[in-house]
Amino acid sequence: MKQLGLLVTMQPSVKEKNAAMVEWTEQERSIITNIFGNLDYEDVGSKALSRCLIVYPWTQRYFASFGNLYNAEAIKTNPNIAAHGTKVLHGLDRAVKNMDNIKATYAELSVLHSEKLHVDPDNFKLLADCLTIVIAAKLGSAFSPEIQATFQKFLAVVVSALGRQYH
Amino acid sequence: MERLQSARISLGRWVCLWAVSCIKTPQMFAFIETLKPKRRLKMSLSAKDKAAVKAFWAKVSGQADAIGSDALSRMLVVYPQTKTYFAHWKDLSPGSAPVMKHGKTVMGGIADAVGKIDDISSGLLNLSELHAFTLRVDPTNFKILSHNILVVMAMMFPQDFTPEVHVALDKFLAAVSLALSEKYR
Repeated sequence: MKQLGLLVTMQPSVKEKNAAMVEWTEQERSIITNIFGNLDYEDVGSKALSRCLIVYPWTQRYFASFGNLYNAEAIKTNPNIAAHGTKVLHGLDRAVKNMDNIKATYAELSVLHSEKLHVDPDNFKLLADCLTIVIAAKLGSAFSPEIQATFQKFLAVVVSALGRQYH
Repeated sequence: MERLQSARISLGRWVCLWAVSCIKTPQMFAFIETLKPKRRLKMSLSAKDKAAVKAFWAKVSGQADAIGSDALSRMLVVYPQTKTYFAHWKDLSPGSAPVMKHGKTVMGGIADAVGKIDDISSGLLNLSELHAFTLRVDPTNFKILSHNILVVMAMMFPQDFTPEVHVALDKFLAAVSLALSEKYR
């Protein structure tokens, strides 16, 4: 009976569990929904992925079967890369729709990236940086420091969630 | 791909090397060395990178001050831990006087590095000593500021800041950061 009591008191309360989750202000939520609401997924997705493969060429190791990646021009015009970039960006939609539970939302994708795709989780940050740069180029002066901070916070949470199921 | 091709020595070169190696004088040995293809030791700046950096800098240097102060403002907002280095400033908000002034100073250093791009380490010796012995900025922050400089460049020059320019500038800023932290220990 005593052990049961101990077991019960040792569990984190619902409040404590929620305290460990990422907190988003109303302003941050609206910034993220705005950015993704006005996004041309095909344009931004393909630009972000191709920029990542050009600026950090070692990331090309994961795309050996995608065809011609021999130089920047080939990467920029490669249709497989463009399609994949769009796919990856749509993958971020799940996080936008579940901002209060990104960790659980990406559990399955994290396992996929670890067990099947064998992607070094450091690469997630590289793609995130390229995506930030592409969005900055698109929004220009509208990409204020506050918006940048929110966007980078969002991407950091996604990157962390994707790296969680690596063992 | 380019790296592989430059590592291969052509057959003709080998024949010349063999023929010439029969003449065993110091001058001949030195000459033979010049025939061998040069291997780059680390992720150093290629001639193409340097050309891309100089060309882009020529386009943007007129707005260097704006770039510097915007990048610095952003850094202080997006990475609040960097504010610890500026506790002595009255106003850390974006576009404040100390931020504008310091942004200008930083970009002056970058401009200097572009001019000395062929030997950044020795070119930035004074700045290197300043950062090592006086400022003692943790080197992680150089990466942070470099990232923000790239973001501002993408914002202000979206057409010119192509992926090719991006990679050259990223490497250049990494080389500058390395030079600045060279005397740390």
